Amino acid sequence: MNIVVSIKQVPGTTKVAINPATNTLIRAGVEAIINPFDMYAIEEAIRLREKFGGKVTCITMGPPQAEEALKSAIAMGADEGILVSDRAFAGSDTLATSYTLAMGIKKLGQFDIILTGKQAMDGDTAQVGPGIAQWLDIPFIAWVKKIEDVKKDAKTIRVERMMDDGYEVLEGPLPILLSVVKEINEPRTESLRGKMKAKSFKATVYSAKDIEADPDFIGLRGSPTIVNRVFVPVRSGKKELVEGATVEEKVSKVVASLRESKLVN
Amino acid sequence: MAIRVITEKCVGCKLCIPTCAQGAISFVDKKAVIDVIKCNYCGACIDACKKFKAILIEIDRKVSDQDLSLYKGIWVYAEQRNGEMASVVYELLGEGRKLAEQLGEELSAVLLGDGVTCQAEDLIQHGADNVYVVDNPKLKDFQDDTYAMAMAELCEEYKPNIVLTGATAIGRSFIPKVAVILETGLTADCTQLGIDDYTKLLLQTRPAFGGNLMATITCTNFRPQMSTVRHKVFKKASKDVSRKGKIFTKVLADDLLKSRTKLIEFVKEMESTVNLSEADIIVSGGRGLGEAKNFALVRELAELINGAVGASRAAVDAGWIPYSHQVGQTGKTVCPKLYIACGISGSIQHMAGMQSSETIIAINKDPNAPIFEIATYGIVGDLFEVIPAMISAIKNR
Repeated sequence: MNIVVSIKQVPGTTKVAINPATNTLIRAGVEAIINPFDMYAIEEAIRLREKFGGKVTCITMGPPQAEEALKSAIAMGADEGILVSDRAFAGSDTLATSYTLAMGIKKLGQFDIILTGKQAMDGDTAQVGPGIAQWLDIPFIAWVKKIEDVKKDAKTIRVERMMDDGYEVLEGPLPILLSVVKEINEPRTESLRGKMKAKSFKATVYSAKDIEADPDFIGLRGSPTIVNRVFVPVRSGKKELVEGATVEEKVSKVVASLRESKLVN
Repeated sequence: MAIRVITEKCVGCKLCIPTCAQGAISFVDKKAVIDVIKCNYCGACIDACKKFKAILIEIDRKVSDQDLSLYKGIWVYAEQRNGEMASVVYELLGEGRKLAEQLGEELSAVLLGDGVTCQAEDLIQHGADNVYVVDNPKLKDFQDDTYAMAMAELCEEYKPNIVLTGATAIGRSFIPKVAVILETGLTADCTQLGIDDYTKLLLQTRPAFGGNLMATITCTNFRPQMSTVRHKVFKKASKDVSRKGKIFTKVLADDLLKSRTKLIEFVKEMESTVNLSEADIIVSGGRGLGEAKNFALVRELAELINGAVGASRAAVDAGWIPYSHQVGQTGKTVCPKLYIACGISGSIQHMAGMQSSETIIAINKDPNAPIFEIATYGIVGDLFEVIPAMISAIKNR
C-alpha cells in the first residue's frame, strides 16, 4: 500500500509572543517544526504500513529549509521525502498550494491513501487537504478520528468522521484523501534507527518544471486571494481581576454582573 | 512578482523586522534585506515602512477571463442536516443582509438536501430575497462529492458575487472543493466582513497564527468571492413572517450527484445535550481540576446555567474527558456569549479557540496565569471554593 502524507513546516507557535511596546510579533528563537496536526497523519501512515506493508512518502511544499521537516518525518519512520520547492511557488494561497501539491503527488505516481493533518497551525485554513483531493479528482473525507478498516483487495476504506455533535461512519473507495484529527492516535517519537537514517537523508526536490506546473496556477500569480493587511488584534491588555476580601464577595460581584447582562437567571 | 528594498530610501530603522511573520528580513550594511525564499509577500513590512516607502512589491497576477460585472448578489449556504438548520445560517443571513444593502445587491440562500424545499420560506423570513433549492434524495446525507458538485453547478449558472458558508465541520470540508472547481479564492474562518468603499470588494478578516495575527484578505480578480465564517460572531437575522421572496428549484442531472463515499451510520456522541460549537454558555475545566472526578463540579455549574462542558487540552490528554469536548486550536473553536474557564492557565492554543467569546470568566489560583489577560472577570482563587460559591450564588437569588 502506497501512502502519501502531505505535511507543512510551521514556526513552533507556542514561542510566538507579542511585544506589548510595539504590538508586534516577537519571532526571535522560533524554531521550525512539523505542523503538529500533521504528526498524527504521519503516525497513521506508519501504522497502515506496519499493517499492510508498502511505503510511506512524505511530501511538503516550501523553501529549501523545509527539508528539515522531511528529515523529522524520516526519523519517525517515513520511507521517503519529497520537497516541492521553487521560487515560483512563493506567495501561494491555498488554491495555488493545493494545486502544486496535487501536481507533486501526480508525479510521484501511484498511491492508495493520502493523509494530512486537519489544518496547519500557522494558517489554520484546513483548505489545502480538500483542495488537493479536488485537483486529483479523488474522494475526500475530513476530520477522520479513526480508520476502522481497509480492504486492500476490494480497495475500500471505512473511517469515522468527527462532526460537531458526534461522528459518522463512512465508506469510500481507494485512492482517497483523509484529513485526520488528534484523536486518531498518539504519534511516536523519533527512533534511534530513524535518526540514523535521517542523518544521511536527502530529499528529492521537485521544481515547478519537474511537476509540469501551469505558471498560471502557482505562486502569487496563481493565487486569487490577496492579503491586504496584517495586524495584531487589539487586546484590552488590562487585567480585570475582581477585587474582594472573600471568595463569596468576589463571586457575588461577578454573578450580579452576569444577572445584569442576563447571562444567568 | 518581486519584492525589493529601495536601498536609497531605507534609513535602517529596523521597524520592518519585527512585523515579518516569516522572519525574512535581515540587516546588511545598515539596510534591510529581504530573503525572497522566506517571504510570503504579505505586505506587513510595507505597512511598517509607510513613512519611508522603501519596500516595494511588484506583482504579476493572473487576470481572470471572467466578466466580473456579471457576478451579482450575496449567497449564504443554508447548511442543514436531517432538516435541522445550523444556527450559523441565520447569522450569515443577518450579516449578508448588511453586505447586500451596502452593495445594492440581492441576498440569496442555497438549500441542498432531500425534502428541504419546505425550509425555503423560513430563510426568506430571515432575510433572503431568493432561495435556490436542490431537493434530491441523492442529497439526503452530506457527502463532499455531491454537495460540492451541486454548489459549484449553482454558482456557475447564477454567478453570485459573494458566497458565505459557516465555518462548520461540513462547511470547512466541502467548500474548499467548490473553490477549486470554480478556480476562485476562499478565505477560511472569517471573523469580520466588510465592503471596501472604493473597490466594492469583500474585505475578509480572519485570525492566523492561533489568533496572534489578523489578516484582511480580498479576492480581487476572481468571482465568486468566497468565505467560511466563524459561528457566533455575527448577530442572527430577525424573523419577519410577512417577508416575501422567490424560490428557484433547480433540477440537477443524476450523473452530477454521484458520491464516491457513503454514510454507514451516525453516532451521536455528546455527553450533554448541548452542542459545544453552538452553545451560548460554556463551562470549561483544565489541569487545575486535578483529577477526572472533579469534572463533576464543572458539569454541575454547566447544567445549572444551561451551558455545555468544555475542556483544555491538558484535561483531555489526562483522559478526564473525551476529545470532543476540547476547546482550542487542536479542538473546537467556540464563541459563546459566556465562557467560564476553571483551572485553565490559558495556553496560546486554548485562547485561540475561545478568545472571541463575549464574556470570559477566568478562575485560577495563579494571578499570573495568561488567561487573566483576556478575561472580562478574573477571579483569583481556589476553584474548589469559587465554583461552589458561584453555584450557590446562582441558586440563591
